[in-house]
Amino acid sequence: MYALLWRSLPGPWPVKALLALLLAAAVVVALFTWGFPALAPYMPFNDNTVG
Amino acid sequence: MRRRLATVVRVLVRTLGEVSITLGVLIALFLVWQLWWTDVVGERQQLEQVAALTATFERASDSQPAGADGIGDPSEPLEPPPSGEPFAVIRIPRFGDDYARPVIEDTGLDVLARGVGHYVGTAMPGEVGNVGLAGHRTTYGAPFNRIHELQPGDRVVIETAAAYSVYVVDSHTIVPPTHTEVIAPVPGEPGAAASEGWLTMTSCHPMFSARERYIVHARLSETIPRGEAALTEILGV
Repeated sequence: MYALLWRSLPGPWPVKALLALLLAAAVVVALFTWGFPALAPYMPFNDNTVG
Repeated sequence: MRRRLATVVRVLVRTLGEVSITLGVLIALFLVWQLWWTDVVGERQQLEQVAALTATFERASDSQPAGADGIGDPSEPLEPPPSGEPFAVIRIPRFGDDYARPVIEDTGLDVLARGVGHYVGTAMPGEVGNVGLAGHRTTYGAPFNRIHELQPGDRVVIETAAAYSVYVVDSHTIVPPTHTEVIAPVPGEPGAAASEGWLTMTSCHPMFSARERYIVHARLSETIPRGEAALTEILGV
């Protein structure tokens, strides 16, 4: 999976490494902004109301 | 044939390993987001909201002398605001002299991420009946993080455009989440007619769990119209 990703990145290895880092950062930002907030209501520990 | 089978198995095992590691990293990231990031963002947004609310209250009481038009008149009952609207500021000296969080109508998760939620249908601050408030004890700025430190006699002040309602902590209980009678007009006595003002704070218990609820009841001691006393005097700090 990651080997395939590595091979599909262009350029020599420093460029590949930089691109991989950028890609990982983008994934984290997307998760923090949209992914996790959408998931949070389904978690069993976020409720503090009665009823 | 044998070599091809070995290759397929190797690719399968490697992919499975990569997927497992990825899932583990994602779960760790989720925890970082939930336990740390929501707190950082939540606290900042809630303090900004408090500043905005305080500015609105001050403008309202400056432009309108008390009793002129409902605004600034503590004897006039407060209209329940629409769901999701911030309408008050809660101040609790036990949590710090400058502790202040916004109080927002309704108790959905989206509301509780932005501050303290006011249970729909419960009394408004200063009224006879029971003001029901819910807040996170952990994550999302955790407004009720230190709820277990409240002692009988501690002040809880609710600031609205009209007045400061001062409540004095009476007792605490730990109940299952189904125990809605804690926010009844007379706490613990559903159906009974209220004759005094109460405030009930609900939060999760134990910390980082939602198994039970930590409940604090406070009794209304006085309602002070805006401008009649300095905030520090009201808070007793």
